[in-house]
Amino acid sequence: MTKPSNPGASEAPIGFRPKPGSSSSASATGKVFLAKHGMGAKVSGSALVAKDGFSARYDLDRISGVFSRPAHKLVGQSYLGKVLVLDTAKGGVASAWMLHEMQSRGKVPLAIVFNTVNPILAQGAALGDITLLAGFDEDITAAVPAGAMVEIDPVARTLRILQTLTDRE
Amino acid sequence: MNLNQEEQAMLAGELGMVPKLAMEHQIKVGEFFGAKDLVPVSQAHVMADTESLGEAGVRWLEALAATNDGSRRVRIPTITDPRGTDFGKAKELKQADWMLDLESRTIAAFVKLGVAMTDTCINYQTVLAATRGEHVAFGDTGVVIYTNSVCGARSNFEGGPSALSAGLTGRTPRYGFHLDECRRATVRVTVEWTPDTLNDWGALGGVIGRIGGDYWAVPVIEGLERSPTSDELKHFGAAMASFGSTALFHLVGITPEASRLSDVGGEGLTQRRVGQAEVKALQESYGGDDGEVDVVVFSAPQLSLYELRSLAELCDGRQFKIPLLAVTSPQVKPDADRFGYTSRIEAAGGSVYSGMCFYQSYAREIAEANGWKRLATNSAKMVNILGGYGYVPMLASMERCVEAAQTGRLK
Repeated sequence: MTKPSNPGASEAPIGFRPKPGSSSSASATGKVFLAKHGMGAKVSGSALVAKDGFSARYDLDRISGVFSRPAHKLVGQSYLGKVLVLDTAKGGVASAWMLHEMQSRGKVPLAIVFNTVNPILAQGAALGDITLLAGFDEDITAAVPAGAMVEIDPVARTLRILQTLTDRE
Repeated sequence: MNLNQEEQAMLAGELGMVPKLAMEHQIKVGEFFGAKDLVPVSQAHVMADTESLGEAGVRWLEALAATNDGSRRVRIPTITDPRGTDFGKAKELKQADWMLDLESRTIAAFVKLGVAMTDTCINYQTVLAATRGEHVAFGDTGVVIYTNSVCGARSNFEGGPSALSAGLTGRTPRYGFHLDECRRATVRVTVEWTPDTLNDWGALGGVIGRIGGDYWAVPVIEGLERSPTSDELKHFGAAMASFGSTALFHLVGITPEASRLSDVGGEGLTQRRVGQAEVKALQESYGGDDGEVDVVVFSAPQLSLYELRSLAELCDGRQFKIPLLAVTSPQVKPDADRFGYTSRIEAAGGSVYSGMCFYQSYAREIAEANGWKRLATNSAKMVNILGGYGYVPMLASMERCVEAAQTGRLK
């Protein structure tokens, strides 16, 4: 069974990829992960990571800028200024408007990174001018340690781990 | 992306500023997904409640609508998803004036753009169902999954900006479910229990949506003992789309692209089995803590005429202790009035709303204004959404929900 993460897309360019199953350890610093889809500006920031989905309507308290759905793995945590590293886009079409509205108030994540994305988040990122990266050959939520400083380059379609929390301490 | 002569002219601004902006947005999204070109679409359906739009989104729409170079009107039939209020009953919901002001401004902008304010998420039951192979640009995940799966037409989830862009250009990027290869099954599910009630159909859809897990998963489903009704498939699909972000399913022998399992490439897939236990487990996870209920809501998707008929029958002879809200479309409401369903529901103390959807109507604010927290519904889609708005949502049959409206407890 395969789940296409890039329907209709051309093959991703060849680049450095860590071995499948690489763990979120201190040695992750310097690793680069290549995505199939990228959009927006190059940014760097702290990664907020969870093997969970994302929907602006279902999961967020967009006024205070925290995850609010009780069942979400990041419930209670602020997403403001963070690079969200999550499994997949979920839920309804509202996120397409909501990312734009959140951006207008400066209550947005710095970037969103998904294993698999749906059209709504891409459409919302396009309107809201939010950096988006998606489609990896491995589970990106397992590969990026929580709290690591990461660089997102949508043109090169790469996520680079600049420094893990362990290396900083 | 490959653009034909007319599309190049749009992009260059030769046909005006509005189609140019729409085309730029579509190319940005299309290139993200590797679309090779645009596909002509025959209808667009735009989701744009003002809780989602916010002030920023309303201003964006108003700026488009203020364009006076003759280019601002949609090129194909373009309709709307539910609004964030029923203006005639906004005070009952204790919605604030600023909410209604945003709604009024949005409607004024859409009208200038040539959009028809149908305000419905069941356009496949009330306006014009798409047909097999027809390319459309529909918003509302429930509309898309029904259109793809039951009608055999072709749409991606089109958020408001993209659906409106499709209306303005008459096209959409050709990727995802517009392509044959994306409509093949990726998950094979054998159902060992056929539901009877709408909440059970919704819960079954939710279970299968969770199995699929993401937008690109296409479940092919076997084992149903009968063909579901349109309302059953409405709840089944809407919940699957909500829990799984699923946009397409196939029912072997029932939906148009899967006369046989092999038609959608399902025979080589690992078989997953789903029975009554899995469906009940999902429902019980939305059982509430102590059985007390503050409000009963039937919405998401909007109710059909037949659902309102069933509800009216259940309301006869009762007097409600807590609010009961039933939400339908502006196309269905006049018939519900004519046939007496509205008056029977309201005689018991319920209210019938038109043209809105409960969770798109400032659900957090109206909960605080009305003191609502524990909400009972027969919509699996809605219980999946409302947790994020601070509610304790409970999923039960329409009959049990009506009883809860009478007693204040869900038994």
